[in-house]
Amino acid sequence: MTFTAPGSRPAFPLLALAAGLLGLSGCAATTTQAAAPAPAPVVTGAVPGPDSRVGLRAGLWDAQEAVWNLRVVSKTPPAPAFVGVMNSDLAFTGTYAIQGNFNGMQVWDISNPSRPALAVGYVCPASQSDVSVYRNLLFVSGEDFGARLDCGTQGVQEAVSPERLRGIRIFDISDIRHPKNVGNVQTCRGSHTHTLVEDPNDRENVYIYVSGSSPVRPAEELAGCSRALPDEDPNSALFRIEVIRVPLAHPEQAAIVSSPRIFAGLIAPPTHGAAPEDRAALERAKARGAFILDFGEEHYVLPDRYAAGMLDSLVKVRAGSGAPTAADSATLRERFAAMAAEMTAQRANAPRLGPTQCHDITVYPAIGLAGGACEGYGLLLDLSDPAHPTRIGAVSDSNFSYWHSATLNNDGTKILFSDEWGGGGGPKCRASDPRAWGADAIFTIENREMRFRSYYKLSAPQTSLENCVAHNGSLIPIPGRDVMVQAWYQGGISVFDWTDAANPVEIAYHDRGPVDSTEMQMGGSWSVYWYNGLLVSSEIARGLDIFELTPSAALSQNEIDAAKSVKLDYLNAQGQPRFVWPPTFALARAYVDQLERSHGLAADRIAAVRRELTDAERASGPARSGKLTALAGQLAGGGGTVTMLADAIRELAAAR
Amino acid sequence: MSASRTRWATLCFAALAAAACGRAPGTGAEPAPRPSGASVTELDALYRARTDSARRRFTEADVHFVTGMIGHHAQALVMAGLAPTHGASPSVATLCARIINAQNDEIARMQQWLRDRGQPVPEVRITGTTLMVHGPEHLMHMPGMLTPEQMRELDEARGPDFDRLFLTYMIQHHRGAVTMVRDLFGTDGAAQGDVLFKIASDIQVDQTTEIARMERMLEAPPAPR
Repeated sequence: MTFTAPGSRPAFPLLALAAGLLGLSGCAATTTQAAAPAPAPVVTGAVPGPDSRVGLRAGLWDAQEAVWNLRVVSKTPPAPAFVGVMNSDLAFTGTYAIQGNFNGMQVWDISNPSRPALAVGYVCPASQSDVSVYRNLLFVSGEDFGARLDCGTQGVQEAVSPERLRGIRIFDISDIRHPKNVGNVQTCRGSHTHTLVEDPNDRENVYIYVSGSSPVRPAEELAGCSRALPDEDPNSALFRIEVIRVPLAHPEQAAIVSSPRIFAGLIAPPTHGAAPEDRAALERAKARGAFILDFGEEHYVLPDRYAAGMLDSLVKVRAGSGAPTAADSATLRERFAAMAAEMTAQRANAPRLGPTQCHDITVYPAIGLAGGACEGYGLLLDLSDPAHPTRIGAVSDSNFSYWHSATLNNDGTKILFSDEWGGGGGPKCRASDPRAWGADAIFTIENREMRFRSYYKLSAPQTSLENCVAHNGSLIPIPGRDVMVQAWYQGGISVFDWTDAANPVEIAYHDRGPVDSTEMQMGGSWSVYWYNGLLVSSEIARGLDIFELTPSAALSQNEIDAAKSVKLDYLNAQGQPRFVWPPTFALARAYVDQLERSHGLAADRIAAVRRELTDAERASGPARSGKLTALAGQLAGGGGTVTMLADAIRELAAAR
Repeated sequence: MSASRTRWATLCFAALAAAACGRAPGTGAEPAPRPSGASVTELDALYRARTDSARRRFTEADVHFVTGMIGHHAQALVMAGLAPTHGASPSVATLCARIINAQNDEIARMQQWLRDRGQPVPEVRITGTTLMVHGPEHLMHMPGMLTPEQMRELDEARGPDFDRLFLTYMIQHHRGAVTMVRDLFGTDGAAQGDVLFKIASDIQVDQTTEIARMERMLEAPPAPR
């Protein structure tokens, strides 16, 4: 079979690779797994059906939108210098949102969130221009080949050039409207993203963990860069992260201080264990007497037709005839056991390299832990010494293509990893894409070990014109619950509750139709973070979106008000702050609402507590304190949310 | 040879691309509020101008890479397409399904990249283990490609033998793709455009990760799914 080119062009060399007699073509074999059953919601508020995100009309500036349990506060297109160039990540300081863009960065004053005002658009091209901020300093990632030390827009054509910037740019933003480039740190693989790390014991320095995923630059461009394997060159830029120390008083002296090889010795393939359906399949196979290679925690079930073939050959080997006997089966089982033992031994001796870098590291200095999303692994890191993070746990997952980022819950008992399957440029949320691929994986952390609990993936199928996969998000400080908002590129943003790690449930969303109705154009939410009561989203093509939560069956106004009572001075989403709720009536009422929703208190008690709170709020001074103290006393010893309620009321009583 | 430099463009993967082209837009919607500042028309013009200008920034090396990588990916589709009929273990079958999904999408991205730049788009057809690629590149000369003998050997393997051979050859194949990316990035002026830089970086990162995963699988078949 050959193809004829349109027109009368000459035919090209046609390549025919080994022809087989197979009926199945590669194209037709785009197999997908059956979707996992949707988890039962533990909070009310199941997505209304039919899902309003399906079938949205395309448009760059006028796409159709679907919104549920959110209010769109504003949608602001990029400043002209940044239109048509990708927006990337966000950082926040004071009333400003700093938005990275492959052409530089835009600083938005969001003190009036319904009308963000551009404080400065700073042209300084680099991908991905991921940003983070600390006091008067702004850090920006650069990884591509065209980024220049002088921020010029002309690119760098030469493969080796002294003009090129791949690494971290440092700006002084004491005057935020006039950022001043005060230093740059060049790194071997550039900086795809980075993480700002504060050391609670060192107020004079901050640290930057650099995640570089593009190739190692030549030593001629940056001395000392090596892409050899570590056993050939101990200074290889592979298999390590880079840690930059930034002296706050002298940011121009920022330099790499260590390159921890947090992947070293990742030899045993850690897994999070078989999913329940996998275990059930294995049990069924055992029950029907299938031949199984047993590697301890891992098993391989030989498909029956191949077992039959092997048994037949055993019959032939003993020069017998007819059906295989029980003795043949026993022989095969013995051989399998020997094979398993041999392979296990090989595995113990084989050298292996494991991951070479992390995409993102999310640090939570308040509890001394970090989550590293590192190629094929999710790592749990000890941050006791920020200059030298060490690995304390690792998981992998056959459903995960590429471990992208991590989010810990507020009390550090859970961790969520996302899988940026396809790199963010692919449409991985189609109805045909498996629900466990390109999703979040949720783990509980028990005795510093991670235990897999569930997957979470955007439930609304997207078109093949929409790049979509799990991406960046942050916790929302709903007291007593683990709630997070997450960007899914052109899948929009999704707010979900993962308090029950085994049953995450969506409670709000926003989505647009595709950027273009004819072909896929990069767009959608790169990242969305909660910051001082707002959900701020960096839309790759469309600009800056700001949302507010609205009350629903799954989230009360009191819970939203309590979340809004948490004020941050700044936020880098990869550096998680610990949320602390100031004592407010909203906080107490949020817990009451939760107890009502979960039936944790009888209806009459709920009503009584609400009356007492109203009564106390109307009072003042010692009278208020007295009422609150009495109420807290009545609730003492209730356990769980009742205890949190009692504590909140007691703190309120003590507040002035 | 001179004929190999002549180019022609055609749309391929009819079946796969159908979804990307045939989607009806949504109906009856309120238009979004007009963005503040510049008018929608001005923003639109700016967006088109800037994306068009970005598309003009590419080199011969970029085109060579993308064209070659389409053929390279196509062979991975052939290899992975064998899994259902060759007794692949569930974990290898899962890996194959993922490779097919990922590389089909990447082929579509790369074809769009060529189309957007007015370049000839290689046509890929797969029938059984027969892969046909019309285009200017010499497919077999790309790093990591399986020889016809290797492909025949893979096609003849079944069950655990297939798993082992598939993993071995796909590691070889992926390493070739990583080499292609490295060569591209080592070329003056190459991969300056954001789209291609991202495609190439994604290929490198995804396949490096997958190589490590396959090395693990080679040592012990992972649990059934």
